[in-house]
Amino acid sequence: MWKFLHPYANPETTYHFTNKLLPWLTALAALFLSIGLVWALLFAPADYQQGDSFRIFYVHVPAASLSMGIYVSMAIAALCSLVWQLKLADASAAAMAPVGAAFTAIALITGAAWGKPMWGTWWIWDARLTSELILLFLYLGVIALHNAFEDKNLAGKAAGILTLVGVINIPIIKYSVDWWNTLHQGSTVSKLGKPSMSLDMLWPFIFCFIGFALLAGVIICLRFRNEILARNSIRPWVRQLVEKQLA
Amino acid sequence: MQFNSFSDFINMGSYGFYVWLSYGAAAVILTFLLIKSKSGHLHTMKQIAKRKHREDKLREARELRKKQSHNKAETSTEQSSTQTSTVTSTPTNKALNEVTE
Repeated sequence: MWKFLHPYANPETTYHFTNKLLPWLTALAALFLSIGLVWALLFAPADYQQGDSFRIFYVHVPAASLSMGIYVSMAIAALCSLVWQLKLADASAAAMAPVGAAFTAIALITGAAWGKPMWGTWWIWDARLTSELILLFLYLGVIALHNAFEDKNLAGKAAGILTLVGVINIPIIKYSVDWWNTLHQGSTVSKLGKPSMSLDMLWPFIFCFIGFALLAGVIICLRFRNEILARNSIRPWVRQLVEKQLA
Repeated sequence: MQFNSFSDFINMGSYGFYVWLSYGAAAVILTFLLIKSKSGHLHTMKQIAKRKHREDKLREARELRKKQSHNKAETSTEQSSTQTSTVTSTPTNKALNEVTE
């Protein structure tokens, strides 16, 4: 079963596959993001309570969901690397960490900029905000561990263990708004059944979300191929490739 | 279209500062990361080329040294090993010095 995946355990095959994937991903990301952002900023109606400050939603929510989604993907990659010793899984986890950290930072900054006019404060130590800040520190710890060892296998192991321990934070972030009293509002989009949002606000959100997810994919692919090259730098195919590219 | 004029659009119903701060921060962070990740490709390749260059030089030096010691052994078999180590300005040493820089 799933035999078609086997060739991609080979770094060279995966490197070339990533290279082929990149232009398509980039084009799709640009398309979805431009449609989504223009729609969100110009055509989506203002909220009846929050006015135009509600437009922050179109950056804040995709960034926050992606910060958690990328963490889960990173944890799956870390598990694969720890259990099955897949070297490429390590490379992909290392590629994902900075992207996840960037989206976490964006979620925190846009959240603060939204909180100031709506709640009257940039920051408050409540469950949702604090657990998201811990997520940022987890990402920074994972990045630091990946860079702390000369031996990339050892680095991947250490970072992988921290990643897996940190997974406990994900349900805490997700359900913090239900478990504790918080200033942060509950979820509007991912409510099972029907989202509590009108469709002319929901559609631009869907475009923005897919656009940001694709952009995350582009950056992860860019970093992934750098990781593959750096980790296989003594292989003849990398040497040949470098010679050809730099000539 | 939700706005009547461009200044209306910038003002965002008096929330302009917060809205543009959010979009601006996201744009700056993502653009920075995108450019850094893209340029990392060439940087990694240059790094690998540098490493290969260093390894080539080391190999050259090693081969040169092997050849030299081989020659020495042929010309003066009774010379002690302490004398060979005092020789400082051989091409081998020069190559090794370049490499270790």
